[in-house]
Amino acid sequence: MNLVGNLFGSSIGRKILMAVTGLVLIGFVIGHLVGNLQVFSHPDKLNGYAHFLQSLGPALWFARIGLLVCVAIHIWAATVLTLESKRARGGQAYGVKTWIQATLASRYMRWTGYVVLAFIIYHLAHFTLGTAQSATYKTALPAYKMAQDYHVLGFTVVPAGTAVLDVHRMVILGFQPPLVAGFYLLAVGLLSLHLLHGMDSLFQTLGWRNSRWSKSLRNVVILACLAYFAGNAAIPGAVLTGKLSPESAAKSAPAAHH
Amino acid sequence: MVAASTLKTFSVTLRVWRQAGPAAAGAFVNYPAKDISPDMSFLEMLDVVNDELAAQGIEPIAFAHDCREGICGTCSCTINGKPHGPGKGVATCQTYMRSFSDGDTIVVEPFRARAFPVVKDLVTDRAAFDKIQQSGGFITARAGSAPDANALPIPKGDADLAMDAAQCIGCGACVAACKNASAMLFVSAKVGHLGLLPQGQAERDRRVLAMVNTMDTLGFGSCTNQYECSAACPKLISHDFIARMNRDYLTASLRSAFKPAPANTGGGAA
Amino acid sequence: MATLDSKIPSGPLAEKWRKHKTEIKLVNPANKRKYEVIVVGAGLAGSSAASSLADLGYKVKCFVFHDSPRRAHSIAAQGGINAAKNYQNDGDSVHRLFYDTLKGGDYRAREANVHRLAEVSVNIIDQCVAQGVPFAREYGGLLANRSFGGAQVSRTFYARGQTGQQLLLGAYSALSRMVGAGAVDLHTNSEMLDLVVVGGQAKGVIIRNLVTGEISRHSADAVILATGGYGNVFNLSTYARGSNATAIWRAYKRGACMANPCYTQIHPTCIPVSGDYQSKLTLMSESLRNDGRIWAPKKAGDTRAPAAIPESERDYYLERLYPSFGNLAPRDIASRAAKRICDEGRGVGSTGLGVYLDFADAIKRLGEPAVRERYGNLFDIYHEITAESAYKAPMRIYPAVHYTMGGLWVDYNLMSNIPGLFVLGEANFSDHGANRLGASALMQGLADGYFVIPYTIGDYLAGQKPGSRPAADAPEFQQAEANVRGQTTRFLATKGKQPVSHFHKKLGKIMWDRCGMARTKAGLEAALQEIPALREEFNASVNVPGSADTLNQSLEQAGRVADFLDLGELMCRDALTREESCGGHFREEHQYPDGECKRDDEKFGHVAAWEYQGEGKTPVRNTEALNYEFTKMSLRNYK
Repeated sequence: MNLVGNLFGSSIGRKILMAVTGLVLIGFVIGHLVGNLQVFSHPDKLNGYAHFLQSLGPALWFARIGLLVCVAIHIWAATVLTLESKRARGGQAYGVKTWIQATLASRYMRWTGYVVLAFIIYHLAHFTLGTAQSATYKTALPAYKMAQDYHVLGFTVVPAGTAVLDVHRMVILGFQPPLVAGFYLLAVGLLSLHLLHGMDSLFQTLGWRNSRWSKSLRNVVILACLAYFAGNAAIPGAVLTGKLSPESAAKSAPAAHH
Repeated sequence: MVAASTLKTFSVTLRVWRQAGPAAAGAFVNYPAKDISPDMSFLEMLDVVNDELAAQGIEPIAFAHDCREGICGTCSCTINGKPHGPGKGVATCQTYMRSFSDGDTIVVEPFRARAFPVVKDLVTDRAAFDKIQQSGGFITARAGSAPDANALPIPKGDADLAMDAAQCIGCGACVAACKNASAMLFVSAKVGHLGLLPQGQAERDRRVLAMVNTMDTLGFGSCTNQYECSAACPKLISHDFIARMNRDYLTASLRSAFKPAPANTGGGAA
Repeated sequence: MATLDSKIPSGPLAEKWRKHKTEIKLVNPANKRKYEVIVVGAGLAGSSAASSLADLGYKVKCFVFHDSPRRAHSIAAQGGINAAKNYQNDGDSVHRLFYDTLKGGDYRAREANVHRLAEVSVNIIDQCVAQGVPFAREYGGLLANRSFGGAQVSRTFYARGQTGQQLLLGAYSALSRMVGAGAVDLHTNSEMLDLVVVGGQAKGVIIRNLVTGEISRHSADAVILATGGYGNVFNLSTYARGSNATAIWRAYKRGACMANPCYTQIHPTCIPVSGDYQSKLTLMSESLRNDGRIWAPKKAGDTRAPAAIPESERDYYLERLYPSFGNLAPRDIASRAAKRICDEGRGVGSTGLGVYLDFADAIKRLGEPAVRERYGNLFDIYHEITAESAYKAPMRIYPAVHYTMGGLWVDYNLMSNIPGLFVLGEANFSDHGANRLGASALMQGLADGYFVIPYTIGDYLAGQKPGSRPAADAPEFQQAEANVRGQTTRFLATKGKQPVSHFHKKLGKIMWDRCGMARTKAGLEAALQEIPALREEFNASVNVPGSADTLNQSLEQAGRVADFLDLGELMCRDALTREESCGGHFREEHQYPDGECKRDDEKFGHVAAWEYQGEGKTPVRNTEALNYEFTKMSLRNYK
C-alpha cells in the first residue's frame, strides 16, 4: 500500500480526496463571492479586479487548471463512491424506508451536486467563455476607462485611464433576464445546501470533528452557508429589483481610495 | 399494581419477510399476532406467532436471537424500517410490545446489505464482521507474555473513551441503517477502542490500514456522514469514532509512505 | 466403573501447580504442528484455549454454534472478574482468594484446583489488559476495583456493567488474530452433535452445519469442550436462549462422567416472570441490595399497591430473619427466603411470584440524584422491561437460575475420564464446588483457557504418536454420524402436535418446582416419574416442521430439549441421592433451624460423577473423595 494508492484506491482515501478538493472549492467560491460583491461598489472596482486577474497570465491558468482538477476529482470520487455504495446496499430494497436523523441537505447531496454542475457549466459559458448570452459578453460591450487606480495590497495594478473590459456592466446585463437570474438563485441556493452538508462533512472526513464541538461547528456552518447564499443572492436580486442597473452604477461615486 | 397492564392484550398484523434460503426469492407475508401482552418482548411475540404457525403446519419464521438482554448482538430485524425497532439505544430483544398499538401493521425485515446476505427469513450472515476483525482487530499479546497490569497507567478519560467504543455488540445495525451499507461505525469502534489505548499503539497503523482494506474488499459502502448508524446503534456508539478513524487512516497512510522499510520483516506474528 | 483419578500433584498446596508444570510432559515446537486439536465452543474458555493453543503451534479447529464466536454467553456477565492482585492494599492474597472461593463453594470443590485458579487469577488481569480490555481505572491511570459478595476485600476488576463482554471481546480478538494468521480453522454455525471415541480415547466430533444442514466428521488428536452451562434445563433462566448442554451430554453418553449435576445457582435478584410466553429472565445486579430493602406484605393475598401498605403491615423479612447481614444475606439464603414468602401466598405482582426491593428509604436518605447515579442504568433496564419506575414504586424481584456448578468430571489437567477429552469453563465441574461466588465464572473460564490447558494438553499429546489420529472414515466416525442422522430423521418424522417449546416449558416447570431452590425427597421422586413421562410424550408427539437441510431452528431446539430431558432426570437423581444440603443444593430435610444448609461431610464430602450405562438404564454413581489436606471443612457461616 502507498499513499496515492490509499487515497485513490480506498473508500476513506476517496472520501479524503472529496474533502480536500471540496475544501479548495469552498475556498474558491467564497473568494469568488467576495470578489464579485465589488459589483455593489464603483465599476472601477470590479473591472479593475477582473483586469488584474486576467493580467496574471500563467498564474491564472495554473489556478484554473487546479480548480478544474479539483472539480474533476470531486466528481470522480463522488461517482465511484456512489456506485460502490449502491452496490453495497444490495439488490433487495427495504420494504419500509425511513430516515432516523439524516439532514435534508445530506440526503440530496447527489441531486444538489448535479444542479451545481449544470450551473457551473452555464456559468462558465456565460461569464468566462461568452458562448451563452454572447450579446452581453464583456467583449461585446464598449471598453471601460478606469476612473482611478486599482490597488492590490497597496500596489497599483491597474492605473487610472486604462481601458479595460466592462465586466461590471456584463454582470448587470447578464442578470437582467429573469430566467437567468432565477436559475442562478436556484443554483446558489442548492450550492449552499450542498455546502451545508459538505462543510460539516469535510471536518468529519478529515477527522477534525467530535461531539465536543460538533454543535458549534454545525452552527458556524449554517451561518456560513446562509451568509454565502445571501451574498450570492444579493447580486441577481439587486439586478432583478432594479437596485443595480448600468444607470445606478454610473451614478455611484468612485471610491476615494483603495 | 401491574395487573392493569398485564391483562390488557391486543392484536397486530405482522408483515414478515419470508425467504427460504440465500438463493431463493423472498416476499412479505402477513400473519396475525393475537392476544399480545404489552409486557411481551418483540421476540417473545415472534415465539408465540411461531408456535401458532407450527401448529398450522407452516414453517416458523427463522429469526436470530440469543441472549435476549441486548448484549450478544445476535438479534437483528429491521422493524418498520428501523434496525432494532422504534426504541433508541436498544436491540430488538429489548423492544417490548408496549411500543406498538392495537391494530398496527408491523413490517419486519432482515438487516439488508450485500455484505450481509440473507440466510433465511430474518436471519442474515454477518461473517463479514468477523473477517474484518481477523484482518487486524486485535492487539498481539501472546498468553503469558504480558507485563503487570498496572505497569502501564492509562488516563481514565482514555480508558473510558475506549470503553465507549468497545461497547459495540457487533450486531450490524449500523450497516443496516446506512443508505450506503457502510461498516464505518463498526470498524471505527474497533479501531477507536484499540487505538486509544497505549497497548494498541504498536499495531495502530497496520490495524487501521488492514481493517479498512478488508472492509472495502468485503463490499461495504462508504460513509456519507449522515449518522444514521449511530442513531440506530443499540449501544449509541458515537460517530466521533468514524472521524477518528478517518484521521488515523490518513496519518497511517502518510506515515507508511515516508517511513523507511526495514530490511528484514521477519519475526512478527505466527 | 470409570476410574476417577484426580491426578492432584503432591506437595504443599502453593507449590502444586508450579511443580506440576515443571514435571508434566512437553511437546517439542516442531511437533506441535503435527497435532490437531478440536475446540468446541468459543466463549471465554473456548476462545482463550483455541487462540493460546494455536499460538503455541498446534493445529486448531474451532466449532461454534453461534454465527460468530463473539456471541457466546460469557458476554452477558455483568459484575466483574476476581483476581488476587491486592492493588487495594487491603490484605488480599492468593491464599485469601483461594479460601473465599473454596468456602463460597461450601467445601465441595477440590483444594488444588481452586488454589491454582487463585494463583493464575493475577496473570489473567495482566493478559486481558495487554489485549486492550478497557477495565475501569482511577484518575491516576491505575486499575479500579469493586467489592463483591463472599469476600472481605475489594478484588473485582470490572468494565462498567459489561465485564463479560469486554473479556470475551479480548479473547475473541486473540482468536481472530489466529484465524487471520491461518492457525485456527474456525467453523461458525456449527453444532457438535456427537463425540467420537476411538480405542477409548476422544478422537473427533460430528458436526452439523446449522445453515446448510450438512453433517461432517472431524478427527483430531484431542477434543476440548468449552460449551458452557446447562441452566436452560429450567427453560426460564438468565442464560441465553441458545445455551445448551448438547455437547457435554453427547460426551456423557459416550462415557464421560457427569459430576454434581444438581449443583445449580439461583440468583436472588431477577425481574419476575410476567407471563407464560416469557423466554428469558433478566438479572438485576446484586449491588442493588446495598441500598434497597426487601420486603413483602405480612398478610397473604394482599393485593394493595405497595404504597398503600402501611409500614406496620410490611415484613422486611431478610432484616428480620438475618439481622446481622440483613438485605445483604448470601445469594442462596436470600433466594430461598423469597421462595418461602411466595409459597406462603405473600408474593407480589400479578403472578404472586415476586417480592419488593424498595428504594424509598434510600431515596429519602441519599436523594434521588444520588440513587440515580449509583443505579440509574439498572433502573432503566427495569423500566424497559416492566414499564415501571423504581424511583416511584419498589422493584419486584424474584430468584432465577443463573449458573450451573456441575458439569463433566475432569482431573487436575482438565481431562475427563475419557482420555483426550478436555473440558473447560462452566462445562466442567471443577472449581466452584456447590456454589459459585460472584465474579468467579469469568476468572475460571479464562484461567482454564489461557493458563491451564496450554500446559496440560501437552502432557496428553506427548503420549500420542504424531500423525496417529484416526481417519475420519473410521468405523467409529461412521457409527457416530449414523447416530446423529438417525436422531434428526426421528425428530422430523414424528410430526406430532406440540412444538418443542411446549416440552421445554413443561420440563422447566418440573425442574423449577422439584429441583429448584429447595428440593425434597418426595418432590425429586415425583420428578423422576414426571420427566420420563414427559420424554415419552416428547418422543411421541413433538412437532418439528421443516427439513434437515436448511436452517431449522425447531430441529436445533428439538435436539437440545431432548438432551435437557435426559439431563434434568439425572439432576433430579443426583439431588435425590445427595442427602445433604450444600451451597446451591438445598434439601429441605437437611437444614439447621435457621434455614442454613446442613452438610454431611462424612457421607457426602465427595464428588458424585455419574456414568452413563445406556438408554433406559440407571446410570452408575461414581465418587471421588475430596481429600482436604490443608483446609478444614467447616460450617459456612457469614454471620
